[in-house]
Amino acid sequence: MTDFGIDGFYWASKVVLCLVVLFGILNLAGFLGWVERKQSAVMQDRIGANRASIMGIRAFGLFHPIADALKALVKEDFVPPTGDRKLHFLAPVISLFAVLLAYSVIPFGDYVAVAGRKIPLQIADIDVGFLFVFAAASLGVYGVVLAGLSSNNKYALLGAMRGAAQMIAYEVTLGLTVLGICLIYGSLRLNDIVRAQGELLGGWVPMWGVLLQPLGFVLFVVAIAAETRRIPFDAPEGESEIIGYFIEYSGLKFIAFWMSEFVAIIVAAGLITTFFFGGWQIPFLLEGGFHTPWGATWALSHDLVVLLQVGAFTLKVLFFIWLLMTVRWTFPRFRFDQVLALGWKNILPLALINLLVTGLVVALVR
Amino acid sequence: MPIRKQVKMGWREEIYLPELLRGIWITSRHFGRNLWGHILALFGIKAPSYTVTVQYPEERFPVPIRYRTLHRLTRHPDGTPRCTACMCCETICPAECIYIVAGEYPDRRIEKYPVSFRIDLSKCVFCGFCVEACPEDAIRMDTGIVEISEYDRGRMMYEKGDLLALEGAWD
Repeated sequence: MTDFGIDGFYWASKVVLCLVVLFGILNLAGFLGWVERKQSAVMQDRIGANRASIMGIRAFGLFHPIADALKALVKEDFVPPTGDRKLHFLAPVISLFAVLLAYSVIPFGDYVAVAGRKIPLQIADIDVGFLFVFAAASLGVYGVVLAGLSSNNKYALLGAMRGAAQMIAYEVTLGLTVLGICLIYGSLRLNDIVRAQGELLGGWVPMWGVLLQPLGFVLFVVAIAAETRRIPFDAPEGESEIIGYFIEYSGLKFIAFWMSEFVAIIVAAGLITTFFFGGWQIPFLLEGGFHTPWGATWALSHDLVVLLQVGAFTLKVLFFIWLLMTVRWTFPRFRFDQVLALGWKNILPLALINLLVTGLVVALVR
Repeated sequence: MPIRKQVKMGWREEIYLPELLRGIWITSRHFGRNLWGHILALFGIKAPSYTVTVQYPEERFPVPIRYRTLHRLTRHPDGTPRCTACMCCETICPAECIYIVAGEYPDRRIEKYPVSFRIDLSKCVFCGFCVEACPEDAIRMDTGIVEISEYDRGRMMYEKGDLLALEGAWD
């Protein structure tokens, strides 16, 4: 299926893509720390943190994440004396690794033509992209469980068990909620799903997932918020009310967990755009330019088209990050048994019904 | 036995989704308004501000007139201190932070005066009992000064001279 050979150019392009994505995501994760504080402040009629300054320049509190990072770097790295040192070190590494891995199959643009060859703007264009994302999310459970186990702390262990139960519950529902998308677009490759969303329904409306699977969209957003342990489903962490699984972590390891939370939000937003909102597709924008259904065309160079598409993807991801943050600061926390009941008794049956109806409709239409 | 009426949830509350969207709408409205206000303020345009933050230390929250702030000893109109060292405030203080040493005053109508009058601000709980107990209206807590932090504990002991020198904020 690839239209380029596996040679030095291929590896070089992959390395460059990896570096670009890593740079983008890790910077965005740090930036999200600032966004979290500022957005929550603006929503709550406050101003938020705005005092960190370098040589008198405050920059709206943008230096606060840097200050947080510096503070965490110089903190004592405390491992509980009776805990497991290796696992204590490994848990944040696994957490961060799993979420970064999940991002590697999300396409953020169409292909770029360089030196006569096409480079798809996706780190791994694999046949089972869809399954790979959920497999990587499953790895995240290890991070949570090992964090609780290696701390030699009863409360951390309970928090880790809560986290594991919640994540495993919602992984099942997560897969089922988007199976309807795979049925409709007929592929597990994420780039194919995105491309198929560019086709027009009845010649007018782009076939975005949210229009064809509205119930699936709602269920997916809830399930992915619960999978990434995001408020209102953060009973495992608990923050102020209950002891979470990273109680024994300080300094750089805690920052690694904190970063993995934000990268998880970015992955969640990326998945929502990829499955339901057309990924990098702009309505009516094809390779050569705009082709509107009422006949107007506007020719654009391929590079400009790719730039617009990457920009569109970024905007959509930022919008969903904003939405997830708004949800965090709007709703009260679910009690843990309510979280699990919601997952197994409400979302799973609804996802199955959605799948059934979608399957029937697809079978009848084709 | 009173029968408690079971409030039935309507279909909107059962599904919970309409309520979720309503909640998101309310917070997003606050977000939009405040963001617009901040952006306008950036360009210097005054807009109705919904933020309640008081940017300390550039701005300060106005101290209400009945707020119990730092103590001061008052004077008669002719300048002599009102305090007659009757020890009422020292007796009633629940934190036992007032230390008075009395001395004899030459005027027979005002028999005593405080040779030394010290308040240990690190012990004071700012209850206001001393103000209520004083029969001479000699001690008041209306200086309006609330910033009394020090780096050195010794500087938290306020002497008679310091207390006499302070002015009321609402005279």
